[in-house]
Amino acid sequence: MLALLVSLTVLTLAFTLTRLSGDLAISIAGPAATQEDVEMVRRAYGLDRPLLQQFFSWVGRAAVGDFGESFFFRARVSDLILERMPVTLTLGLVGLCIALVVSIPMGILAAVRENTWVDRLVQLVAMLGQAMPGFWLGLIMMIFFGLQLGWLPVSGTGSWEHYVMPGMVLAFSAIPALTRLTRSGMIQALGSDYIRTARAKGLSRFSILFKHALRNAALPVVSIASVQLGFMLGGSIVIESVFALHGVGFLAWESITKNDFPVVQAVVLVLACIYIALTLAADMLNALLDPRLRG
Amino acid sequence: MKKAGLYVGLAILVLVALAAILAPWIAPHDPYAQDLNNRLAVPFWMEGTNPANLLGTDQLGRDYLSRLLYGARVSLIIGVLTVIVSGVIGITLGVLGGFFGGRVDDVVLFLITTRLAIPVVLVALAVVGLFGSSAVLVVTVLGLLLWDRFAVVARSTTMQVRGLDYVSAAWAAGCSTPRILLSEILPNILSHLAVVATLEMALAILLEASLSFLGLGVPPPLPSWGLMIAEGRDFMFFSAWVIWIPGIALFVLVLGINLLGDGLRDLVGGRA
Repeated sequence: MLALLVSLTVLTLAFTLTRLSGDLAISIAGPAATQEDVEMVRRAYGLDRPLLQQFFSWVGRAAVGDFGESFFFRARVSDLILERMPVTLTLGLVGLCIALVVSIPMGILAAVRENTWVDRLVQLVAMLGQAMPGFWLGLIMMIFFGLQLGWLPVSGTGSWEHYVMPGMVLAFSAIPALTRLTRSGMIQALGSDYIRTARAKGLSRFSILFKHALRNAALPVVSIASVQLGFMLGGSIVIESVFALHGVGFLAWESITKNDFPVVQAVVLVLACIYIALTLAADMLNALLDPRLRG
Repeated sequence: MKKAGLYVGLAILVLVALAAILAPWIAPHDPYAQDLNNRLAVPFWMEGTNPANLLGTDQLGRDYLSRLLYGARVSLIIGVLTVIVSGVIGITLGVLGGFFGGRVDDVVLFLITTRLAIPVVLVALAVVGLFGSSAVLVVTVLGLLLWDRFAVVARSTTMQVRGLDYVSAAWAAGCSTPRILLSEILPNILSHLAVVATLEMALAILLEASLSFLGLGVPPPLPSWGLMIAEGRDFMFFSAWVIWIPGIALFVLVLGINLLGDGLRDLVGGRA
């Protein structure tokens, strides 16, 4: 219910966003257009109709996945997005995997060695990661791995190697939060009664850490991880344009610079809906992992 | 150890703030003055440097140190103003939701959920793209987008405070609702909000740099650090320092603000 309401609000916002700037027909027709050209554009794109009518016709078509035609690419917006979506999703998943692989062990290590130098080092690394400007890190990696070592391609979409650097940069944005959450979850779990019981039973350290403690500490990590994936997909616009990775973010950036508002509207909407779906999925996944949450 | 982080963070912030305030007096050159005969001069640690340009010059021959100092102004002003705008919005919503509960709280929760579903960078870029880049617009857009954490923390801390004895005492003494909100609730949640303010300021500074980097933030020739990185990008493979210098400045400032916030969080003792 809430999710539906939120989607509708985002729909309205996405529409309003593109009408805020005044006369769209003038910006589409370009600076060299005459008065007749502008009138023609206005009629061709249906911009002469009342605003409310434009809104409802857009919503009606958006609901069935029809976002109209791009002004610049001369193609259907839905095709453009579908074509680019795999790149962005791959990037997001690669980023999330790297983030999880780095942050869960770091968080566990910090929790096991709480208040020692190991713990402080992990927290410092998380702190450094949080302050790192992603686009800058991307450029520095390009210089280092791309130019000086020649290990990885600097830009483009061709092969899996193209996803390594952007994935690492994107992972950086999620590592601090995931590490902290794993650490605090593990500290809480390790201090609880059932762990004391497990220790008293003489279970191995491995089994205590990974079978008993991590299972409980993982719950908040799972929900934050899916939320972070949503943020990553939204934030990939910067990374994709740094690495010229032809995903949805790059498409959005191109469309913004070219005043191609049907595409911008659609990308905002699609990303918001993915985020909403991810938070719902996180709730369901948690219910699956934690029998206590099943109603 | 934790206190050390607080002091280091504070020191960095004070240092950058001083550089920003004193820029007109300590900058060796005009940050806008071009000198096309002196393009991409190298900084002091490289061979063939010119002592007149301690950190070298950019692709138009503008003094890099002067631009860096003036750039601190852009980052800090945008950071502070964004926090003020988003703070006013988020705290108002959060306190109202947390204090009144019920329907009011439902609306506030709905607004927070909606805000979280909106992709910040994309919408900020789109708005700046439509209206044309300006510093005022960047502050407005970021302020309107970054209030969620303020609202979440203000809401939860207000809920904790509203049932405490001194609030009941104020009710019994016949204080009006606005008065209770402003002089009983707000001062007591302020320390938690200060932590949020540092986090949001750091985020706002990073986002401004990202937007400017993509050409949709503050307009050139303003010396924004993000813009400096964007302008240096074409030369980074041959003169890597043109992106190292502004990037490190940005990283250190954001790190300082985050350290300060982390230290404050430990002092406050809460989970903001």
